[in-house]
Amino acid sequence: MLITVLCIILIGLTSCGASSVSNASSSSDSAQQSDYIDNKGSDTIVNLALAWAEAYQTVDPEIRISVTGGGSGTGLTALINKSVDIANASRQIKQEEIEAAEAAGLNPQEFVIARDAIAVIINPENPVDNLTLTQLSAIYRGEITNWSEVGGEDRPIVCLSRETNSGTHVFFLESVVRLGDSEDTSIFAAETLLLPSSEGIIAEVRENPNAIGYDGLGYVTSEVKLVGVSSLEEPDFFVLPSVASVADGTYLISRNLYMYTPDVPTGVVKEYIDWILSSEAQEIVSALGFVPILDE
Amino acid sequence: MEQKKQRNDVVITSIIKICGYSSILFVGLILLFLLKEGLPAIKDVPFKSLFSTRWYPIEDYFGILPLIFGTLIVTIFATLIALPFGIGTAIYISEIAPRWIKELLKPIVEILAGIPSVVLGFIGILVVVPFFRKFLNLPTGLTAFTGAVLLGLISIPTIVSVAEDALNTVPPGYRQAGLALGATRWQTIWGVTLPAAKTGVLTAIMLGIGRALGETMAVMMVTGNAPVMPTKWSIFFSPVRTMTATIASEMGEVATGSQHYQVLFLIGILLFVFSLVINIVASAVSTRQRKRAERILS
Repeated sequence: MLITVLCIILIGLTSCGASSVSNASSSSDSAQQSDYIDNKGSDTIVNLALAWAEAYQTVDPEIRISVTGGGSGTGLTALINKSVDIANASRQIKQEEIEAAEAAGLNPQEFVIARDAIAVIINPENPVDNLTLTQLSAIYRGEITNWSEVGGEDRPIVCLSRETNSGTHVFFLESVVRLGDSEDTSIFAAETLLLPSSEGIIAEVRENPNAIGYDGLGYVTSEVKLVGVSSLEEPDFFVLPSVASVADGTYLISRNLYMYTPDVPTGVVKEYIDWILSSEAQEIVSALGFVPILDE
Repeated sequence: MEQKKQRNDVVITSIIKICGYSSILFVGLILLFLLKEGLPAIKDVPFKSLFSTRWYPIEDYFGILPLIFGTLIVTIFATLIALPFGIGTAIYISEIAPRWIKELLKPIVEILAGIPSVVLGFIGILVVVPFFRKFLNLPTGLTAFTGAVLLGLISIPTIVSVAEDALNTVPPGYRQAGLALGATRWQTIWGVTLPAAKTGVLTAIMLGIGRALGETMAVMMVTGNAPVMPTKWSIFFSPVRTMTATIASEMGEVATGSQHYQVLFLIGILLFVFSLVINIVASAVSTRQRKRAERILS
């Protein structure tokens, strides 16, 4: 919520006063052809999207880009309602959403714009260094409730999660709690604390030695401790999340980040997306703690 | 000239009338909208699911009981905290404090009322939550208790300013009579002034409860939002999820018209009913009180 409010930032161009006024008043349905791009969606991507929008001013100062957060679903809903030009999503578009878009006469296009590692974090005082994926799943299902069961001190485990409207929450549910098994219908334990923001999770983990949480690698600060995670196949091979370990595929809990356009992009939107996939824009990706996509 | 005056009078009276009726209209429209969006949930979502004990809407678990209990627990304990502090402060400001302290305290209480709840929530996360975790040796400080303390703090200024106004309207003659009959200051306050101001004080309490019931941001930040069904008293020191926090955090993402959307509006209807009940109880109690007072006076 906080991020949404803070990030309604218009990256504007004010070099020529008269024309910028007329640009601002142009409605966004005709935006495909105009020089105004409306970009909305995932809170995970919002910082990255802002950095790109800012950097793009040096590439093409005529383009105005507005970036808003709100969550992946919010962005995709706005895309279906034809109120944005680009929707950011930290999860893939759902079948229902594709159907709704097609019913509205759209043909949504998907672009993988970066990769993100979901880091599992604990308090620096906690002596636990590594967890297997199975242990992580059992912790979040509520089957393991004390740190001593996974080699730690005799302390209760307090599980922290993002709210259910977060793409990160859904991703963690599918790939960790359910271990990637689409038949599995288990869910988070009722005792899992659902915090409204990344900051809330970081603050509680930083302060509470009982806590375990997860968050996008780009949001993790040095005041919390990263946990090494191993795969189901090789439970003794623990990997810490990093740009390198995501790029070479050894760190498991990672995902693609997407941008969606209502149709095959043309004009300024196409130019912008092409630029985002260029090596120049992908350098910004690694600077913000995300993982660039390999050679485009 | 005289006619013009009269015409002005009619115009202004009707404008004021419209203002008065508009609040009825707004409440009516809000209720209609809530009912329209929320009632289909009763038809579409099976009763068994609605009154189960698990809330996980993205997988179609729509058990609202943990949310109702979360709200009740936090609101009741917030009221228990705010009531003695609020009424006590009001009595002190109105009856006991010397003039200069009164002049100092009143604006400070008003400033407290003006602090945005999100700021209190932020202070809650950074200061109150860690403090309670260490002080009470809890697994986490994000609990119903922390929420109740913050909510108490939020509703105290409401209670103080309304109750203090009510106490001020008690004619000085009442107090003088009490003291003249040999009652101590405390006996006068407890036996004369407070009962005389009972209607206003009850209104203050009611507004305080309403404030606690409807507060969202601070609660969402410090109660942990885990939809746990209370089974034992220790729930007070563990995380809970309130109805308001649920609506606030899930409304943004939900598809219009879906079952989840309808259930969120159903929760809104329940909140509406709760505050209606508080209002009705309070007004019933205060009218009964007035009748008895009238009887004594006649």
